[in-house]
Amino acid sequence: MTALRAATAILTREVARFLTQRERFFAALVRPLVWLFVFAAGFRAALGLSIIPPYKTYITYETYIAPGLCGMILLFAGMQSSLSLVNDRESGTMRLMLTAPWPRWFLLGAKLVAGAAVALLQVAAFLAIAAAYGIRFSPAGYLAAIPALVLAGLMLGALGLFLSSRVRQLENFAGVMNFVIFPMFFLSSALYPLWKMQESSPLLAMICRANPFTHAVELVRFALYGQVNLPALGWTVLAGGLFFALAVWGYEPARTRPARGEG
Amino acid sequence: MIRSILMGTALSLSLAPALADEIWVTNEIDDTVSVIDARTLEVKATYPTGERPRGITFSKDFKRLYICASDSDAVQVMDPDTGQILHDLPSGEDPEQFVLAPDDRLLYIANEDDAITTVVDTESRTVVTQIDVGVEPEGMGISPDGRIQVTTSETTNMAHWIDTETHKIIANTLVDSRPRHAEFRPDGTELWVSSEIGGTVTVFDTATQAEKGRIGFAITGIQPEKLQPVGMRFSPDGQRVFVALGPANHVAVVNAATLEVERYILVGRRVWHMELSPDQTRLFTTNGVSGDVTVIDLASLEPIATVKVGRFPWGAAARPTPN
Repeated sequence: MTALRAATAILTREVARFLTQRERFFAALVRPLVWLFVFAAGFRAALGLSIIPPYKTYITYETYIAPGLCGMILLFAGMQSSLSLVNDRESGTMRLMLTAPWPRWFLLGAKLVAGAAVALLQVAAFLAIAAAYGIRFSPAGYLAAIPALVLAGLMLGALGLFLSSRVRQLENFAGVMNFVIFPMFFLSSALYPLWKMQESSPLLAMICRANPFTHAVELVRFALYGQVNLPALGWTVLAGGLFFALAVWGYEPARTRPARGEG
Repeated sequence: MIRSILMGTALSLSLAPALADEIWVTNEIDDTVSVIDARTLEVKATYPTGERPRGITFSKDFKRLYICASDSDAVQVMDPDTGQILHDLPSGEDPEQFVLAPDDRLLYIANEDDAITTVVDTESRTVVTQIDVGVEPEGMGISPDGRIQVTTSETTNMAHWIDTETHKIIANTLVDSRPRHAEFRPDGTELWVSSEIGGTVTVFDTATQAEKGRIGFAITGIQPEKLQPVGMRFSPDGQRVFVALGPANHVAVVNAATLEVERYILVGRRVWHMELSPDQTRLFTTNGVSGDVTVIDLASLEPIATVKVGRFPWGAAARPTPN
């Protein structure tokens, strides 16, 4: 078995799993679309009117939250991918994968890339529906968004990998979702610009600024307008590297050995 | 983030030629006019004016700029090359809006407080006549051949059709509540009048003064009472009419043939008046409450930028590249 074959196997398994679970595909789309069609429509007037980069003129709330909803898809996909790892751990498939004659970081990296590829498909479907709804970006913006989405997807996937190395059972994962996904999503610039957050609470704004998800969203937001937000890029790469290192550390054989009575 | 803004700005600056067309905007609260470079979309100069500048228009040779300084009770004449006020014209009290006749000589001025349209000769700087119209006149239009001038009165809810030879009213036509602006179709066959409170635009046949149609507006998520049409502009080809919807913060794009609204464009707060760029590729809207000007690309009908100007921008006038 070559390294390529190992990586391809992991990728194919991830994509196949995603495609065969049609309800999962729709569920992944329904969540951001509900936000776009229902939440954003209701809150259209609630957002203060102010022009912040990368925008050059006034925008609707739907336009504002579109990059944040792309981030939401990546965040959920990252968690979902790690959820499948917890499942693999329980069913024993993981032992099979981790005993392959390749370094652990390589196998985890392949898993990460596979997860990001699936997430990218979901985002593409979401952006296509958003475009049909009237939220469009320039072709250059869509193109520039691809690397930004990949980076953001890898970072959030790495976070999921790290969490999955710490969680032993599926049941516990629901808690992780509540404690990770929701604070990460709501305490970010996905739904409201940071200046708006600053107005209500400087402390919350500070937390938002420290949240790597904010930087992932801003990276995507700027990319959709053909611009590079360098600080967001830096923080996303840094956070991604850190989470991946933690995941590799978390999956070291000594730490992944099931506790007595488990697995 | 700052770096990317700087890079973007540097890029747009490096692409800009030294000279460019200009959009001049009156700032009602600041008592100034802002000069926007139509290409770089930056404010390149700000000049002081009399109190509460509102209506603004250029002479045909673009050597003089006329400004309604409402609270100074004067129409000021500015040299646009220097920004100096050359002299005032007698205007009657509280001039709000005016229209320059195609002969480049007579100015028709709405005197809001006196229910009068004042006709001023810009060369002799004298009042030619004053015509009694309805209460609170504001909207001022003139047919392309210069034969008919229309004054709309906000409280009487009428368009008053004035024969420019006799300076007599030849017809009065009722429109919906608080008419704000009158605009002739470029070929002169139709008159469009916007009614701010009524929320409609009425289209008249110029020859018969008969009503041809009435246009209403509706934007999802915006209360109907906020849809207050004010300024209007025909597209360069005359196929479309842009209608500024005041506190609805949108500009409506109306098909001039079918009178159907084709789309709504999001702009700044309380959009008032509009002006086409001299090359006729862009539309500039004055957004009073947000203190800025939104630039709309006419090919795509998308807003492309919003430029900060003074407080409460009101009117706008375009000047091609100075030679």
